[in-house]
Amino acid sequence: MLDKETAVKVARLARLKLDDSELENYSKVLSAVLEHFNQISEIPTDGVEPLVTPTEMPVSVREDVVEKSVDSSRIVEAAPEMTGRLFKVPPVV
Amino acid sequence: MDLHNVSMSDLANAVRSNKVSAAEVTKYFLDRIAALNPVLNAFITVNPHALSEAAEVDAKVARGDDPGPLAGVPVAVKDLLCTDGLRTTAASKMLENFVPPYSATVVRRLQGAGAIIIGKTNLDEFAMGSSNETSAFGPVRNPWNPEYVPGGSSGGSAAALAAGLAPAAIGTDTGGSIRQPASFCGVYGLKPTYGRVSRYGMIAYASSLDQAGPMARSTEDCARLLEVIAGHCRFDSTTAKVDVPKWSSDLNGELKGLKVGLPKECFTSEVEEDVERVTQNAIEALKKRGAEIVEVSIPLSKHAVSVYYLIATSEASSNLARYDGIRYGYRADFRGRTSVDLEEFYSRTRGEGFGHEVKRRIMLGTYALSAGYYDAYYRKASQVRRLLRDQFLKVFEQCDVLLTPVATSPAFKLNSRLMDPIAMVMNDVFTTSANLAGIPAMSCPAGFSRDGLPIGVQLMAKHFDEARLFQVSFALEETLEREERVPHVF
Amino acid sequence: MFFNAYEAVIGLEIHVQLQTKSKMFCSDSAAFGGSDNEHTCPVCAGLPGALPVVNERALEYSVKTGLALNCRINPRSVFSRKQYFYPDLPKGYQISQYDKPLCENGHVEFFLDGHRKRVSIVRAHMEEDAGKSLHHGEYTLIDLNRAGVPLLEIVSGPDMRTPAEAAEYARTIRRIVRYLGVCDGNLEEGSMRCDCNVSVRKRGESRLGTKVEIKNLNSFRFIEKAIEYEIIRQIDCLESGDPIHQETRLYDPDKNRTFMMRSKEEVQDYRYFPEPDLLAVELDAEWIQKVKQNLPELPLARAERFMNEYKLPAYDAFILTQERDLADYFEEVAHACGNPKSASNWVMTEFMRELNEAKKEPFDAPVSAKSLGKLIELIDKGTISGRIAKSVFAEMWQTAKEPETIVKEKGLVQVTDTAAIAKIIDDVLTANPSAVTEYKSGKEKLFGFFVGQVMKATKGQASPAVVNDLLKEKLKS
Repeated sequence: MLDKETAVKVARLARLKLDDSELENYSKVLSAVLEHFNQISEIPTDGVEPLVTPTEMPVSVREDVVEKSVDSSRIVEAAPEMTGRLFKVPPVV
Repeated sequence: MDLHNVSMSDLANAVRSNKVSAAEVTKYFLDRIAALNPVLNAFITVNPHALSEAAEVDAKVARGDDPGPLAGVPVAVKDLLCTDGLRTTAASKMLENFVPPYSATVVRRLQGAGAIIIGKTNLDEFAMGSSNETSAFGPVRNPWNPEYVPGGSSGGSAAALAAGLAPAAIGTDTGGSIRQPASFCGVYGLKPTYGRVSRYGMIAYASSLDQAGPMARSTEDCARLLEVIAGHCRFDSTTAKVDVPKWSSDLNGELKGLKVGLPKECFTSEVEEDVERVTQNAIEALKKRGAEIVEVSIPLSKHAVSVYYLIATSEASSNLARYDGIRYGYRADFRGRTSVDLEEFYSRTRGEGFGHEVKRRIMLGTYALSAGYYDAYYRKASQVRRLLRDQFLKVFEQCDVLLTPVATSPAFKLNSRLMDPIAMVMNDVFTTSANLAGIPAMSCPAGFSRDGLPIGVQLMAKHFDEARLFQVSFALEETLEREERVPHVF
Repeated sequence: MFFNAYEAVIGLEIHVQLQTKSKMFCSDSAAFGGSDNEHTCPVCAGLPGALPVVNERALEYSVKTGLALNCRINPRSVFSRKQYFYPDLPKGYQISQYDKPLCENGHVEFFLDGHRKRVSIVRAHMEEDAGKSLHHGEYTLIDLNRAGVPLLEIVSGPDMRTPAEAAEYARTIRRIVRYLGVCDGNLEEGSMRCDCNVSVRKRGESRLGTKVEIKNLNSFRFIEKAIEYEIIRQIDCLESGDPIHQETRLYDPDKNRTFMMRSKEEVQDYRYFPEPDLLAVELDAEWIQKVKQNLPELPLARAERFMNEYKLPAYDAFILTQERDLADYFEEVAHACGNPKSASNWVMTEFMRELNEAKKEPFDAPVSAKSLGKLIELIDKGTISGRIAKSVFAEMWQTAKEPETIVKEKGLVQVTDTAAIAKIIDDVLTANPSAVTEYKSGKEKLFGFFVGQVMKATKGQASPAVVNDLLKEKLKS
């Protein structure tokens, strides 16, 4: 169950400003799908290691070499607001 | 000449042998897009540099350099893959004006093979949807009947192919997003084995499920595309270091001794009559070519959708945390405000920048990962995922390929299912298993509904055995009664 | 002390920045500094579609450190995402390790006031650093040069009881990572950062008190001071019946007090889950074994060896093993002269004084270990006196010349010729008749005066031993 009160909490955790009708709708829809998803709770899984990546290969690593793949001036060019080459945001306390 | 009726492989050969120039080919498809896209809405952005890129290919041909296996082939790329200098939106208001400073590995490999990125195709916002109706750029229409959806999330790529706006396309598939629109639009679409194709530069929906793959109008074209985009990538450490075979040169429809498994869980009453008929036809065709049909069972597959949604939304809630209006993308308007609280800054930016379906999935995923629910949802789903994958591994001891419907129905009407989330979710009932298990799966056109809408069948094989899929798909292509492959209205 | 009735329980979380060339998950430079947002790329700036790839060296350095801390290296460890929104955290999550860290269950030992102390290491895990927020009042600016720099977080058990123990534990960690060459341990520049968890309880009680975290202490002295302040503050709370809140506090060195940064009452829900963009890190036992075999001798073991092998006092042994280079230098000197105690004295006094003054590293000093060894040899052979040797050393530091050259050039060879010295003693005694009388009437302190006069007359070159013997003899008569 994802009641409206929970929905408010979750929305805050996810940093989503939702209006009342959205909260109402999401809590209704998500409660319905969660009820359906709850079927999996009956599948016995004691001692089963969760599977994250379906092909469980060993990780491939990279050598410790400095390399510029993209000019860093291009990294900042899409920013909505800048001061010089720094990203600008509201005050953080 | 009607270049849109020429196969991708033939086009490439024609450009390579200087029978037609890449510029001519590109111009032809650009014109066709200009004429038809206003109706279909398959493209979000057309590449303004396509002609000059084609000219470079022609210059190579003129110099006698190898222009690459996809020389001059216009490719429609789903707007979820970053293209350096070309707007990439994920069909979201959040990235409405985002121009990436780098290209996805898949894009670079296509360009390296001589292909022309003709444009970026429409999709469900952040690939979240099965009908292409959640796009912030409006829905795509199905070329076979514009009243119907093209499927999703790679709806734009499928529609572009079906309408002959491009001879080849790239889609991405997290729970069926290549296969279901391929089925709805009557084209071929392959979701490769997880780790076969680099995800670098592909905007993430659910990292452990996402794979980009080829979409085309023939098995051979599909194979050729995959040959170009597949292979280990040093920027994606989840890509496998396995050989990339030259599948296209090995195609034959000989199926003697091949065992085709039919999972009984996929042949239920939920499947509509048209789909069932087309699927049976396909089974008969395979029998004709010498395949042995066996019934198999994958009991947990009926839970695949639940497992899929819990895992996909959990990962998505995290993958989409980076859209905060700081370094790129949409930022809520706070002009005229003397002070802005940081939390409000985030919440309004994200609340306004994301569409409903995306917000809904972020909510679900955030909930499934939150304290107190993690074990019951995310962790439980990941455990069932292992059991499900193991059942697939087991079933491939009994057969070489699995055959199932792609979806329970052909394409449905626009706006008909948006209000019913369960029905929407159930669209993915046959396709999500392959993503969870990480196995390759393909959708092949197999027939039409009584209303004249295309219907595909799904083939699945074990990890890295795409060869089997191409083999069976090729047999179907050769054996099934040929029907027109481009909708007559276009 | 006044808090005898109470006991403090202290645990430290130390972030060690691994000295790799490139960042943890991408190829940007991990170097300190750089112009604004210079060291950024799609990966560390969190652009759509970018993916992390593990830096091999960061992994190796982490395993090295884990082994040096006597940890179990897990053959399979997993990266997880720690999720929270903050402007200098580009992806909205930090890639870290959670329930399957690389290193677990270790310990370190050190000596404090002559007692051996063991502190357990709960875990050590890899993670990436965040960027930097520059606060300007009405707005904040973000620089991502540090974002993605590799860190190893070392978490101790709650095993320390005094501020001094905590500081010495932190110094021990610093010594070890510097010995290993995985981190420069610079607290001021932030390449090593300490957070302290402090609680107090009545002595004899087994339940832990409410824990307060003190963040970002950038010197060992501040660690000690901040914990001391915090212990007293918490005891005051208990004594006066005020509640202690679980919170994060910062230390103000100017006022020598801690103050609240944020309350932990609203518990952060980090929603950790396994990082799906990275496969599990699997290490084979053979490789781990190889790293283990290549570990250098660590400070404590080395100090103990210095005590056994060179018969050095504990004090000398610990000073000399603070830094790997200094210990190496000392051993070279000791081998060159064959007199470890003397080598130790010279290294710890003259050499370290000059070194600190010049802010140099041992092997960059103008006096090489071999030369210092030769100098000690010259003393031991009686060629020069200890006093002369000091001036020779000063000269060596100035000119980088060999000691023999200086001794020869300046004619500093010690006078051991008994007849010559006897003659000078006679002259001194003749010139100071009243002093002689006083000495003979019992004022034996004057002996030093006579020695000084003789040495002055010989410009310090007379052998002190010979002077002593002859002088005693002559004054008796």
